[in-house]
Amino acid sequence: MSALLEVEDLSVEFATDDGMVSAVDGVTLSAKAGEILGIVGESGSGKSVLISAILRLVRPPGRIVSGRLRFEGNDLLALPEAELEAIRGARIALVPQTPRTSLNPLMTVGRQVERLLRLHRGMDKRAAREAAIAMLERVRIPDPKRRAGQYAHELSGGMCQRVMIAMALATEPRLLLADEPTTGLDVSIGARILELLRQLGEESGAAIILVTHDLGVVAQTCHRVAVMHAGQLSELAGVDELFERPLHPYTRALVRSIPRIDQQIALQPIAGAVPSLVNVRSGCRYVRRCPDALAACRRQRPPLIAAANGRRVACHAVEQSNVVR
Amino acid sequence: MSFVSVRGLDKHFPVRGAGWLSRRNRPAPVVRAVDGISFDIDRGRTLGLVGESGCGKSTVARCVTRLLAPSAGTIRIGDKQLDRLEGEPLRAARRDVQMVFQDPLAALNPRMSVERAVSEPLRLHTTLSPAEQRERVREILTEVGLRTDVMGRYPHELSGGQRQRVNIARALACAPSFVVLDEPTSALDVSLRARVILMLEELRERLGLTYLFISHDLATVKYLAQRVVVMYLGTVVEEADTDELFAHPRHPYTRALLAAVPVPDPKVRGEPFVLSGEIPSPLERHEGCPLRSRCPMASAICAQPVVPREVSPGHVVACHFA
Repeated sequence: MSALLEVEDLSVEFATDDGMVSAVDGVTLSAKAGEILGIVGESGSGKSVLISAILRLVRPPGRIVSGRLRFEGNDLLALPEAELEAIRGARIALVPQTPRTSLNPLMTVGRQVERLLRLHRGMDKRAAREAAIAMLERVRIPDPKRRAGQYAHELSGGMCQRVMIAMALATEPRLLLADEPTTGLDVSIGARILELLRQLGEESGAAIILVTHDLGVVAQTCHRVAVMHAGQLSELAGVDELFERPLHPYTRALVRSIPRIDQQIALQPIAGAVPSLVNVRSGCRYVRRCPDALAACRRQRPPLIAAANGRRVACHAVEQSNVVR
Repeated sequence: MSFVSVRGLDKHFPVRGAGWLSRRNRPAPVVRAVDGISFDIDRGRTLGLVGESGCGKSTVARCVTRLLAPSAGTIRIGDKQLDRLEGEPLRAARRDVQMVFQDPLAALNPRMSVERAVSEPLRLHTTLSPAEQRERVREILTEVGLRTDVMGRYPHELSGGQRQRVNIARALACAPSFVVLDEPTSALDVSLRARVILMLEELRERLGLTYLFISHDLATVKYLAQRVVVMYLGTVVEEADTDELFAHPRHPYTRALLAAVPVPDPKVRGEPFVLSGEIPSPLERHEGCPLRSRCPMASAICAQPVVPREVSPGHVVACHFA
């Protein structure tokens, strides 16, 4: 099955007073219809910038400096802004990290969904109103008629996130970008939001890209996972393979750095911190934190090596034999 | 005898703005943020206090440190009866009772250098000379894994992990015996979180500290605490030793909380155990079990008040079905 979204060798840079910040460096990945692709990494790994880049919403001083973005056969980077408008928010939708501040505080949530339906689906006021209530019901908001008449401050955090998901889905997008959709929510509410995303993904056949720093969320929600470190893609694999046999030293370190509820582990923090991305030199950006670093890692950026089942890993220290089983 | 003992702690907040609408002969409405909580902590141990937003866990923290005056109940820490102290004796007692807050940046004064922030408790609570204070600041910064060259820096110049270390250093400056940690790792990134968890554990062992560790992150609580109290709507629903609680949760709320934690292993699929709806407003409290409007096991008996019951040694559950 061909990919819905193809990101190829994408790089994003920000010009700052201190120098050029390389926020995303040569990332290649794809998302297929009906799958949930997780993007995981620490703060500063470039996850959110990558999401902005996919929407072509990187603002100056940031700039997409190279790479290709293909979505449903369109070259997103070559598309004129007017044509992009028809895709952004309609074919590709975003569920943001902070639902409450992403909602308009002066407009009822129902009206916000209605506006979207009128804009993107050309509905009249009455039809939009009915469809908006149906959307709120679809994201399992109890008593949707009453809730539609309320403002963001009258809803709980979990409820606001449901409204955001309803808005994202109102235009029947083919690709849903969810940037840390459960961060800041209580565990039980977060679990229900993820379950909802999973169900809606299955129902609609849309692809979902789920950005998170929580490996638990990845393991329980995603089909495939991209691990990012300091703007670079470290590893891309099916979720079962990734957790069963993490290949990249960074993936292994991530797994060992979180306390677990299901077993006792010896907690091992990841060495060092995400490096500064200002005027970075060539080579692997994980090299100074990596226990397996080789001389080559400083000189040369490791290429993305292909392995079985579409798995990819970018590491000099991972033996070829280890990758291709 | 336990080192920390809290008995029947209540904290009720009057509801502002409700006055002129409510009937005059009715009592003023209150939010029962904390409603009859009791727990003990042995010296040198960690008690985990878990629950979701709005369950009252931070109010417990603030009462125990006497940042808030409790409405009722007793708080004993060591040989001091904190609930009865006021003024100068209370200030003196606070030297032994410190707190680390969730947001490391908000907890630091942006206009105070690290040295001033960490030496402030020394100025308030000790008679050390400025030179001695400076020496103690160096010592405690080293203790929490910071280099002494951060002393002249300001909070905005530090990383998130460094800021939380400064907060911990500040709490430990006067060598307290009891530290309340209110979600100290929640605002930190994964890699920093692991380091702060290990550091807290190491400090507890080396300095013989007693912790009240408040968190909604059950995996971290499991790692740090020897005993756990689960709160819901201002009350304790379950309490047990950590291993027992995680292996045999008995209260439906605890079971739902545990089932909701995403396990970082795709092969481990927890049994789904879901409560309906969301946490009701603490204003709408009724008699009986506070969970009954959301509980899948609820029946008529749940409208009756629940008496906590010891189901096995040290394992207490407040549920009619436990």
